[in-house]
Amino acid sequence: MNKWRDNKAWFLVLPVFAIVAFSAIIPLMTVVNYSVQDIFGPGQRYFVGVEWFRDVLLDARLHDALFKQLSFSFLVLVTEIPLGIVIALMMPKKGWTASACLVILALPLLIPWNVIGTIWIIFTRPDIGLFGAIVNNAGIAFDHTASPVDAWITLMLMEIWHWTPLVALLAYAGLRAIPEAYYQAAKIDGASSWAVFRYIQLPKMRGVLTIALLLRFMDSFLIYAEPFVLTGGGPGNTTTFLSIYLVKIAVGQFDLGPAAAFSLIYFLIILLFCWLFYQALQAVGTGDKA
Amino acid sequence: MRLKKRHLGLIAYLIILFLPIYWMLNMSFRTNADIMRSFSLIPTHPTLVNYMKIFTDPSWYSGYINSIIYVTINTVISLGTALPAAYAFSRYQFIGDKHVFFWLLTNRMAPPAVFLLPFFQLYSTFNLIDTHIAVALSHCLFNVPLAVWILEGFMSGVPREIDETAFIDGYSFPRFFIRVFIPLIRAGIGVTAFFCFMFSWVELLLARTLTTTAAKPIAATMTRTVSATGLDWGLLAAAGILTIVPGALVIWFVRNHLAKGFALGRV
Repeated sequence: MNKWRDNKAWFLVLPVFAIVAFSAIIPLMTVVNYSVQDIFGPGQRYFVGVEWFRDVLLDARLHDALFKQLSFSFLVLVTEIPLGIVIALMMPKKGWTASACLVILALPLLIPWNVIGTIWIIFTRPDIGLFGAIVNNAGIAFDHTASPVDAWITLMLMEIWHWTPLVALLAYAGLRAIPEAYYQAAKIDGASSWAVFRYIQLPKMRGVLTIALLLRFMDSFLIYAEPFVLTGGGPGNTTTFLSIYLVKIAVGQFDLGPAAAFSLIYFLIILLFCWLFYQALQAVGTGDKA
Repeated sequence: MRLKKRHLGLIAYLIILFLPIYWMLNMSFRTNADIMRSFSLIPTHPTLVNYMKIFTDPSWYSGYINSIIYVTINTVISLGTALPAAYAFSRYQFIGDKHVFFWLLTNRMAPPAVFLLPFFQLYSTFNLIDTHIAVALSHCLFNVPLAVWILEGFMSGVPREIDETAFIDGYSFPRFFIRVFIPLIRAGIGVTAFFCFMFSWVELLLARTLTTTAAKPIAATMTRTVSATGLDWGLLAAAGILTIVPGALVIWFVRNHLAKGFALGRV
């Protein structure tokens, strides 16, 4: 799509630029500043160069946390994106049923994240929780506080329960933006429902699906409150994801320097993945149009 | 026949989705002792004591009011600044456009935990600690980029011929933008408003760090009060149920913009 070339468009971007720069650039500079210093207290700081970066990169527990984090995000994405699309396709197009679906879908998104973790503690307890009781009655011993596998299953279920609606809402909004004429044309051509999905609905949803994919990747990669409340990173270290490990360093041990170096590396990893996703999705899009 | 099967799948999904919420609702009508004693599908001794506490204790209900105030300010700022910016990104080529767009996105990716201390220092410098505007501004860090991003996606879906026709017809830019363009992307604005509301509503770390009493959000009230006397599950569940209400109202109001979309939005 060729755009108008006009540098005066910068004036339209300026308010956004100013408001984000105010709260982004100064804190980022502080973090970079911390990451190259050893801090004992106010006024007691020593420049240490890249020492923290070397320490953090060689930390075996970081590698472990990174591997778990990548597996978790991968599993979350391959479940939530297809499921969200299917649900959006199943939803009614108008009327009160459509409104009711939207409201129910939005419910899990509106609960503060720490509360979600807390409610799921009770929800999955075998003695007094609904989910735990159902699983137990089915004859399966289930305890996310003792078994690593159960802890992972619980976290995955909670994450999928919590965030699939976001994908569905975005996909639904994307579907609603397709003009009725496209469907009528497809009907006249005698297109199958798969063909309609593949050649009309999917390409038209590309924009919102890019957003959904990147958002879900970022947020699942930054996940903190829910696993922290539900399992505290345990049992053992089996659900210690990157952010939990980061907070253990920053708050638990109060090592500001290593924590800052850690978070910059963390940030760069997310940046790299998002950039790769973004480029890949853009490439897919131009292929479709050609 | 196919229609029926499709509906069954949807209904099954919605029921599963609703179960944890139902469990929270169930807990909110029971006392703490009752919840811990036995499993029960429906409250056997229903009580309103949890809700009474929230509605009579100022430290509880003011949490909701604080949250609603800063979330509203944030949504207004985010949409107000993001609409023109998203239009620029979707329609114009200008120096550094791609770089600024991607830089904006990166602000959504930073791990918030380590930004806490710098944020506290920054807002202390401007004497903004414990104000609603501080929380609203700090949430702009991740909401404004998101708003620009979502809106840009929707705007790029609108053919550029519409802009050209309007300008040929003699519309000025502001008049075109408000009268023609905004109605066209209502679905996108509805989604964006909901997302700004939602992400600001559930954010806890920044909101808790930047407030002490006067602007303390409900999510922080919940963790603090609860940890003082051990966990009061019933009270927590009731507070959780009430956190859903404002957002459910928001989505109810934007639902038509979501559901009607492009075809009916055309002027």
